[in-house]
Amino acid sequence: MREKRVPMRELSPEERVKSFAEVALGYSAEEAMLEAKRCLQCRDKPCVTGCPVGIDIPAFVQAIREGEFERAIAVIRESNYLPGITGRVCPQERQCEAKCRLGRRYEPLAIGALERFAADWERARGVRKPAKAESTGRRVAVVGSGPAGLTVAAYLAERGHGVTIFEALHEPGGVLAYGIPEFRLPREVLNAEVEYVRSLGVEIETNVLIGATYDIDELFELGYSAVFLGTGAGLPRFLSIPGENLNGIYSGNEFLFRINLMKAYLFPEYDTPVKVGDRAVVIGAGNVAMDAARCAARLGAEVQVLYRRSEVEMPARREEVRHAREEGISFRFLTQPAAFLGESRVHAVRCLRCELGEADESGRRSPVPVAGSEFEVEADTVVIAIGQSPNPIIAMKHPEIETTPKGTIVVDEHGRTSREGVFAGGDITTGQATVIAAMGAGKRAAKAMHAYLRGLSP
Amino acid sequence: MRSVIVHKEELAPGYKLFVIRSPQVAKKIQPGQFVMVRVHEKGERIPMTVADFEREAGTITMVVHEVGKTSRMLAGLEVGDEILDLLGPLGKPSEIRHYGSVVGICRQGTAGALYSILRALKQAGNRVTVIMGAKSREYIIFEERMRGFCDEVVVATDDGSAGMKGYAVAALREYLKKNRVDYILAIGPTKMMKTVGRIAKEHGIRATASLGAIMLDGTGMCGACRVTVAGSTKFACVDGPEFDATEVDFDELQRRQEFFREEERLSFELYEEGT
Repeated sequence: MREKRVPMRELSPEERVKSFAEVALGYSAEEAMLEAKRCLQCRDKPCVTGCPVGIDIPAFVQAIREGEFERAIAVIRESNYLPGITGRVCPQERQCEAKCRLGRRYEPLAIGALERFAADWERARGVRKPAKAESTGRRVAVVGSGPAGLTVAAYLAERGHGVTIFEALHEPGGVLAYGIPEFRLPREVLNAEVEYVRSLGVEIETNVLIGATYDIDELFELGYSAVFLGTGAGLPRFLSIPGENLNGIYSGNEFLFRINLMKAYLFPEYDTPVKVGDRAVVIGAGNVAMDAARCAARLGAEVQVLYRRSEVEMPARREEVRHAREEGISFRFLTQPAAFLGESRVHAVRCLRCELGEADESGRRSPVPVAGSEFEVEADTVVIAIGQSPNPIIAMKHPEIETTPKGTIVVDEHGRTSREGVFAGGDITTGQATVIAAMGAGKRAAKAMHAYLRGLSP
Repeated sequence: MRSVIVHKEELAPGYKLFVIRSPQVAKKIQPGQFVMVRVHEKGERIPMTVADFEREAGTITMVVHEVGKTSRMLAGLEVGDEILDLLGPLGKPSEIRHYGSVVGICRQGTAGALYSILRALKQAGNRVTVIMGAKSREYIIFEERMRGFCDEVVVATDDGSAGMKGYAVAALREYLKKNRVDYILAIGPTKMMKTVGRIAKEHGIRATASLGAIMLDGTGMCGACRVTVAGSTKFACVDGPEFDATEVDFDELQRRQEFFREEERLSFELYEEGT
């Protein structure tokens, strides 16, 4: 029994900070088989209970161990339509790998790396055409092409329903396209997963904003029998402190949208610019903050992350924090911004030192600013990555769809909203969470939609 | 959804009018709303105000002012060409109701953006005056269209080649000396709208400005278009584009509009060299 997992090869930090190429390089077949050997094949499969979509992890790991890669990917695809994505972006250390029995004494099995291997192996050979059920004659509208929407679309298309996804942006993928940088999720991986969903017969209509271009009543009039809302948490939060609208201050969304979706890092070959300057400060410590910090480093800035809590409370994936550190990004913990200083463009952030007080509603100890502890951090770029709120456009247009005071759409355990035939899932129902949680919610809703569609009179 | 150009004409040097077939946008759009446009695979997304729409024909009309690479490329499209990406309608519609006596004020191409709003205000029973500013006579656009329904059309040119000599805001001041006005709607350069806001405040007249902030997605996701209105931050894309002209921080807006000026210039120069 090897105590340590087979390490995944990575680009060196020196190479990384010069490009947007993927950092983690994946396992070779030999490495994957070697890692798969570490699996204890627990009968009660604790890892599966940690997986929001319930992949039969021991089964696909066993298949990899035996060199049966085709079987491995088939097992994964039974529960997960986007394995190349989840293998890269899931917080495995808090999900499947946290439940791995190996982890009691050794390093847990590298489940994410193995999932990624299986997905990459399949993509390299060309994703096979999936089998499809006979057409039911029913049509479904899916709003939003992020992880929840893609999952719902794939599940229902597989069962013979006609599915159209409506996407407001000019490219499908939602947060996978505008939010997650290429060095974590290469576009070819995303494109291949979207192609897989298309190969099931799903139509994707871009440049359609539901709530504006069409409202939900029009979707039913057009002949869709059910609607899924997977519109995500796309509204950036700001700090509401002085100077926040100075030039050079971006929301995490704006910064990443420019770089990822619009490819501003290739300006002027691409038309959309981004300015980063010499010193960038990123506020927040989630995955969006890490992505923004690492993008800024690649664009030549010296980057500091400011976080008002301490290191242990950071919500980002552990690997992202490690990669950020390796790339020269520094962290200032227990630091809370109080104001942005500058004339036209920001030149500094005035901060307060914090101490940790009582645990808050999230269970984390909440920061308490220390009076008189002001200090300044120089910055010519600031990225505010303190979270996103649910997208309000549909709720504004459709008051009959019940929402919470936080703006999330209210659903039951089957993803049903207060309007008949309208389902929802993902960040729009939970608030900002993970790709895999959105896929899990999508899957639950899709099952309920399938039952709903079958129950409709013909 | 496909958006195809069905008519094109030159309005003035550097200003082109396009009629675009985009039935669903034409069906839903209200005066004051805008669309986001992208014209090539490596292109940026830009907001474009909509001058007019015909729901039955399924068309929208836009005035394109060639100020940068994207607008130049857009202006270069011909009848039959498809606009790569067109999303809309976006933003809040203009508030159309009976104010009484209304003045719309614009400069050159922004007459387009003002046009359908003023027409709707006329239909709502208002007395409508438009003040149209321009560098010179040839840059007064949409004048005939405005004359079609406006109670009064006031023209002001910088060089005096048509109407009164001077800026539109000077014409507005003159107009206010002789006329009672209940509502002013300004669409134009930020400096002009700032002055209109100040004049409206002095006179205690309700006034609205339609802001041309930088936008990326146009749907509330990026916050690039944030503006300060009455001391609080708003997003021009979803909370606007129209705001109380007496409460907008126009200096901040101007500064934010200029943040990428160098890059925009570089992009335009490289494009012009290449064509």
